[in-house]
Amino acid sequence: MKYTKEHEWLRVEGDLVVVGITEHAAEALGDVVFVELPEPETQVGAGDEVCVIESVKAASDILAPVEGEIVAVNEKLADNPGLVNEDPLGEAWFFKMKLDDLSVLDDFMDEDEYKELIG
Amino acid sequence: MSDLLRLGLNDLHEELGGKMVPFAGYSMPVQYPMGVLKEHLHTRAAAGLFDVSHMGQVILRPKGSYEATALDFERLMPVDVAGLAEGRQRYGLFTNDAGGILDDLMFANRGDHLFVVVNAACKAADIAHMQAHLSGTTEVLPVTDRALLALQGPAAEAALARLVPQVAAMRFMDVAQVPTVFGELWISRSGYTGEDGYEISVPDGGAEGLARALLAMAEVAPIGLGARDSLRLEAGLCLYGHDIDETTSPVEAGLTWAIQKARRAGGAREGGFPGSARILRELAEGPARRRVGLRPEGRAPMREGVELYAGETAVGRITSGGFGPSVEAPVAMGYVAADHAATGTALAGELRGKRQPVTVADMPFQPTTYKR
Repeated sequence: MKYTKEHEWLRVEGDLVVVGITEHAAEALGDVVFVELPEPETQVGAGDEVCVIESVKAASDILAPVEGEIVAVNEKLADNPGLVNEDPLGEAWFFKMKLDDLSVLDDFMDEDEYKELIG
Repeated sequence: MSDLLRLGLNDLHEELGGKMVPFAGYSMPVQYPMGVLKEHLHTRAAAGLFDVSHMGQVILRPKGSYEATALDFERLMPVDVAGLAEGRQRYGLFTNDAGGILDDLMFANRGDHLFVVVNAACKAADIAHMQAHLSGTTEVLPVTDRALLALQGPAAEAALARLVPQVAAMRFMDVAQVPTVFGELWISRSGYTGEDGYEISVPDGGAEGLARALLAMAEVAPIGLGARDSLRLEAGLCLYGHDIDETTSPVEAGLTWAIQKARRAGGAREGGFPGSARILRELAEGPARRRVGLRPEGRAPMREGVELYAGETAVGRITSGGFGPSVEAPVAMGYVAADHAATGTALAGELRGKRQPVTVADMPFQPTTYKR
């Protein structure tokens, strides 16, 4: 598992990378009440705002961590946004991306580095 | 953070796991480990305990007669103060010469004096305002040695009555001063959640004991500012500085119920308050814009600042909005041009560059349960 400074986790699944938010992020957001997902089969650039998460407190964005194509989105989150709080690392993945070259993930933090970031 | 004022119960909030944030110059618990959503639902299902000690408590002590103080205080508000019976509380609004709202407040007739509770962010200005205008008849005495707790929800009566049996007989907006082991409590049957409940002013020395005694009861949980906001939003109640301010008149804000007959055209003490020309005119002719309830379609909340459109025409803006945990849908309030303010009017709110449907709706969004 890799981590971004924006508190997303990235997990490689075959030739895809699955993106979600960390427990730390889910806790900081508070109870999630709405998730807006991107359209599947969309080409996105690194840093593009691809999802909106609304909690009881505020709205925040999820950014595409790398350039690539979004090939699948987790429709379950549209009906049950609370999953983000219940199981952020498992069932509450947001989208899956297809990358040309998975080695770009090497630039992201590993678990130890992420733990250091969040203190 | 070091400049922030600490609540008397700060250590208790930290012990309870409260997440402390700056609010109106104070370090305040925004939520506890239960989280905003569950705290909100707990308050509607059982009872929530809120620390609102940041709010301003003020005694208006007559130098002469109570009536002279009441009439003087009345000159600051489009509200009937002189007609308020002893042992009763009423909602009031300080207005400015332009008919805008300086603050909203609660005041109570306690026989030989008035007790006033004002918003935290406005309290210094409110006290100065009262001292400037009431000094001929009245001593304006800020109360600085008391905490203010709110106990809200359907189980509030049963919980508080275990400690103070008299409260069961109180009705909505009754006030009482009750000697207890926690000191003399100043209790009103009121609150700002839409639920039945009480606000309790307690001497600093008794505040922790009272809070712990209530929190020890199964029905009672500590509730932070986050849920306080979603509860008052569902109840259709205004947050000063957001839904009402110096530019909004009480009539635009839909607070005409707070302007009793005695102060209206043809009333016994018509006008005579700051901004009366505008306020009486708007009462007669209707205001140019109105505060309305809004129900966004779908699940995406529309928050403060969202612009509202009728077709291509900008007609207003949202002043408060979020997800209503009891309504289980997004709810909002805002100002729209009067000709778009009818319940059921279809508008659009601009959310992240896209226009999304939103409908003008009646408030409260959640039925209130005051014990009248």
